[in-house]
Amino acid sequence: MAQYTDNEMMAISAGRFIKDGDIVFAGTGVSMLAATAAKRIFAPKAVIFFETGGIDPSLDEIPMAVSDLRVMSGTCLNSGLIESFSIVGHRRLHTIAFLGAAQIDKYGNLNTTVIGDYHRPKTRFSGSGGACDVASFASGVITFMQHEKRRFVEKLDYLTSVGWYKGYDSRQKLGLRRGGALAVVTNLAVMKFDESTKEMYLAEYYPGVSIQTVCENTGFDIDTSRAVEAIPPSKEELRILREEVDPQKLIL
Amino acid sequence: MGNDKEISDKLMSLEEAVKKFIKHGSQIALGGFTISRNPMAIAYEIVRQKIKDLHIVCHSHGQALDVLIGAGCVKRLEIAYGGNGRYAPTCIRFKKAIQKGEIEFEDYSNYQMSLRFLAGALSIPFIPTKSGLGSDLLNYEGFSETIRKEPKVANRKFTIMQNPFNDGDDNVVLLPALTPDVALIHAQYVGEDGTVRIKGLTFADIEQAKSADTVIVTCEEIVPRSFIRLDPDQNSLPPFFVDAIVKVPYGAHPTACYAFYDYDPKHLNLYKKVADNDNLFKEYLDEWVYGVSSYEEYLQKIGIDMLMKIKANPVVGYAPGLDRK
Repeated sequence: MAQYTDNEMMAISAGRFIKDGDIVFAGTGVSMLAATAAKRIFAPKAVIFFETGGIDPSLDEIPMAVSDLRVMSGTCLNSGLIESFSIVGHRRLHTIAFLGAAQIDKYGNLNTTVIGDYHRPKTRFSGSGGACDVASFASGVITFMQHEKRRFVEKLDYLTSVGWYKGYDSRQKLGLRRGGALAVVTNLAVMKFDESTKEMYLAEYYPGVSIQTVCENTGFDIDTSRAVEAIPPSKEELRILREEVDPQKLIL
Repeated sequence: MGNDKEISDKLMSLEEAVKKFIKHGSQIALGGFTISRNPMAIAYEIVRQKIKDLHIVCHSHGQALDVLIGAGCVKRLEIAYGGNGRYAPTCIRFKKAIQKGEIEFEDYSNYQMSLRFLAGALSIPFIPTKSGLGSDLLNYEGFSETIRKEPKVANRKFTIMQNPFNDGDDNVVLLPALTPDVALIHAQYVGEDGTVRIKGLTFADIEQAKSADTVIVTCEEIVPRSFIRLDPDQNSLPPFFVDAIVKVPYGAHPTACYAFYDYDPKHLNLYKKVADNDNLFKEYLDEWVYGVSSYEEYLQKIGIDMLMKIKANPVVGYAPGLDRK
């Protein structure tokens, strides 16, 4: 079996969710890697775009931020923020957003704002950026997390971006017309959400990771009855990641 | 070239532009986005002129915002995101200032802030969106009641109403318009007629400029009227929105400027190292902002080697192969 890193497994695991025709909203870091990998490996007819307004860039080099010049190069269109959010929420489009967060709860709600009190936080993070917007508008959100108890919490310190809100149909009742949390991809496992309760459950644990390890690193009870072992990345998938997606090893 | 009579009343130096248009307490919209097209030259000049109590309004901001906060120019902030990409996932002086309670701040999202600028540009008092329903962006107010009574601050952060065109349950969020005193934009080209052309992504710069009472544009090049009017589809702002034009090549350094130069990884890494330490940060400002008498001197300090390394290939828009670690 080929050797691979956490980031490689995460990029491949998330990339598997993308289908041809999907419009993929990419953020920074692993999310950028996953979006590029998805297009080059699983869904060549998917379109990657960025909240800053770059649509379908050639991505010959991996961008380090969503305003990196590389998201503006080889695009079909360069626009701006208003236009990009008209795409995320467009009723004709199936849009999948990749996000990251400091904390997540069992309904896939995300915190990227503060740890501690909002007004005088222990730790201040960057803030919503476009995360709250895409969480409101996209057809589905896939979140990348480091799998730690302090990050998978019963209650968020601040709810920046809405997932399934309080479960069941509470998201729709807020007035949001579609979307919700599709999956969470971590360095240990892939979690999905129950169709009825909208609670997170363990879908796949990575080779070499036990179900117990996942539970021990999750700060709330998680259903493991549907869990299967994940398929590791193939040699060819790893080659594409390493040689084509991020040859400079900026994120990998 | 040299036929810039049409804009002679608008062409000025950084020093003049800041003296003329930016006051203590001004509300400033920052153009650009995290590590791209930040109006750095103007930001440095604001720091040099020791302007205080600024009220910054922006969506996702990076270097210019962080320098202004670190230098003590900012009192109040309405913002969606403070980050410098991989070089500082959360802007460092921004983070410190909030954690220490040194600035007043209010969180919105990128789209919400962009819509608020659009509302200002359209001369409407508020604008609806679905974004943010259920989010703590709509549960926590950053500004106090006292701040809310001040000029250019909305009397509430937002309100939620029912869609008046639908009998069912259908919430929308209403956001107050922004009409900043000054918008700071860095563009690639300004024509000799004053027309502004932003290449690459425009972010929300056009909405920001149109929402403001005054617009300062710094640019890489002043270009002939015949050039800017040959392909007007590419232009971003007509001349009558622009009040001050300053030609500042590399005026967005260390952030990137599409088709002209990439971000400067060395400088952003240096900044990351010094920004976390108050003494080192003070020394950084002394060396790179207070200690330089002109923008040319600043560029000399960056050095020809680095300026050549970050020089964009004008065909692809960035600097291929640049060591970005």
